[in-house]
Amino acid sequence: MADLSAPLAALTLRNPLMAASGCFGYGVEYADALDLSSLGAVVVKGLFLSEREGHAPPRIVETPAGMLNAIGLQGIGVHRFVKERLPELRARGAVTIVNVCGVTLDEYVEVSRVLSDHEGVAAIELNISCPNIKAGGIQFGCSLTGTHDVVAAVRQVTSLPIMPKLTPNVTDVASFARAAEAAGADAISLVNTFLAMAIDIETRKPKLTNVLGGLSGPAIRPIAVRMVYECRQAVRIPIVGMGGIASADDVVEFMLAGADAVQIGTANFADPFLWSRILADLESYCTRHGVTRLADLVGAVHGSRTSAEPACRPS
Amino acid sequence: MLPRMVVDERAEVLENRALSAEYNVVTLAAPDIAAAARPGQFVMLRTAPGLEPLLRRPFSIFEIVRGADGTARAISILNKRIGIGTGRLYAVRAGERLDCLGPLGQPWPLSAGARTVWMVAGGVGLAPFATLTEALVARGLALRLFYGARRGEDLYYADWFADRGVDLVVTTEDGSRGVTGRVTVALDRALASTTRDDAVDVYCCGPTPMMRAVAARLADAGRDTWVSLEQVMGCGMGGCYSCVVPLRTAAGGTHFVRSCIAGPVFAASTLHWEGLAADHG
Repeated sequence: MADLSAPLAALTLRNPLMAASGCFGYGVEYADALDLSSLGAVVVKGLFLSEREGHAPPRIVETPAGMLNAIGLQGIGVHRFVKERLPELRARGAVTIVNVCGVTLDEYVEVSRVLSDHEGVAAIELNISCPNIKAGGIQFGCSLTGTHDVVAAVRQVTSLPIMPKLTPNVTDVASFARAAEAAGADAISLVNTFLAMAIDIETRKPKLTNVLGGLSGPAIRPIAVRMVYECRQAVRIPIVGMGGIASADDVVEFMLAGADAVQIGTANFADPFLWSRILADLESYCTRHGVTRLADLVGAVHGSRTSAEPACRPS
Repeated sequence: MLPRMVVDERAEVLENRALSAEYNVVTLAAPDIAAAARPGQFVMLRTAPGLEPLLRRPFSIFEIVRGADGTARAISILNKRIGIGTGRLYAVRAGERLDCLGPLGQPWPLSAGARTVWMVAGGVGLAPFATLTEALVARGLALRLFYGARRGEDLYYADWFADRGVDLVVTTEDGSRGVTGRVTVALDRALASTTRDDAVDVYCCGPTPMMRAVAARLADAGRDTWVSLEQVMGCGMGGCYSCVVPLRTAAGGTHFVRSCIAGPVFAASTLHWEGLAADHG
């Protein structure tokens, strides 16, 4: 039996598999079907201070090997979350990471403060990358100073590990990783979805009510792997990689690129029982390759050959 | 809400019976789902291996297929080919295996007081009424099925319902069978001969405009309607928040709830019909 544990800042996760925010409800939806404690962590749906209704449907549309979503961060708000959902997550033994949203910098700070006051939150993932809301979020994540300011401000009010979730909708994601690290982030997660669009050629209208949505799924995986690879070269803090992961092979690929842990989102929609299968397949991979400790794979590709020259990188 | 004992069965296709160039019935060996399912629940089917379609598709559980000893051993799906997933399901062959997740969603509520039940079905909206019929026949209720289609040849399983003692009222828009017109024509006649005190429960499934029209007529007659909605659905488990429907709030606004776990069955009076997404077929 290989050691599948995943050290992540102050945490040591049982394994590197996390349910990605926005793809797993508040975790409790899956509690009757799965043993939540068997996951490395559960990253719950993004929370603002108050409840949000989100966008009118249709909110998703399938595209080749992927899907677009424009949910609009519908959610119950942090106060109802800590009262109504967090107790069950604790009782089920879930390692709970909360995705924190904000329209303003103050909102990120206040939501983080509320979470820090409650037992049962393992870490905070800062959502500065949702492409589907008008104000806040990605506005911070698309600006180096905005990224720095959100992380630094939340750093002031919590001792929980902070992990900003980066958007791929920038020219040079590694510079955002550096900004996050410099501001005191304990880890980074990437990538959120790629801003995208699909049009119904019969009605000549956008397929999503929100017009634009975020692309996820296997279609984006090679780009996400590249971005994790670039960030691994740029920062020392742990990286949580995601983007189209659906199998143990995909997990290993992200780890080799430099991810200390991974998140799975879209694939969970198609197969909510994929977790145990992927863990078993990770075990076989380790056996097949004589790996005793899965974490030893992290970033291994970087030592294997001369590092890639940036193909087109702003100075 | 019910505790959910959701399982994922790698179900063998026992039979694929074409009803027409559009409709078929697929029987799937999913004994655990068949045993646990309640009337009106659904499954999420992976209609093809690989990445297209990427997501599963929701389907009402049509029939529970039982062995000679009465043990539930399979479910059937009434399918209408429309897109990639339904087109794939139209073409599956016996012996193939499809991942089948379920049972999911809230079942039709069965009220204690009703003596008469009206079921109102349009097209593929017939699907959730076979299990309801079996449950209600067992309670000795008087059942009537209002079943509408464009053409007579689009009416399926009429005998199945008649054989179980269901009073069948068929409507076709082209007049080739039964009452000419939409299902609401027959419903209006029935309502005219019913008094407000009659204990009638109404269940409806079909295209959204049809359900809205049916619910509006029943509301005018002082009655609510249970409707089963079909939304674009990502996961069926409450994870993705894509299948939301707008409910009316006490404050006069609306609130989105997930159709997969709060529904697919809703009381029509709770829905904000104007805000319901256009029917996706």
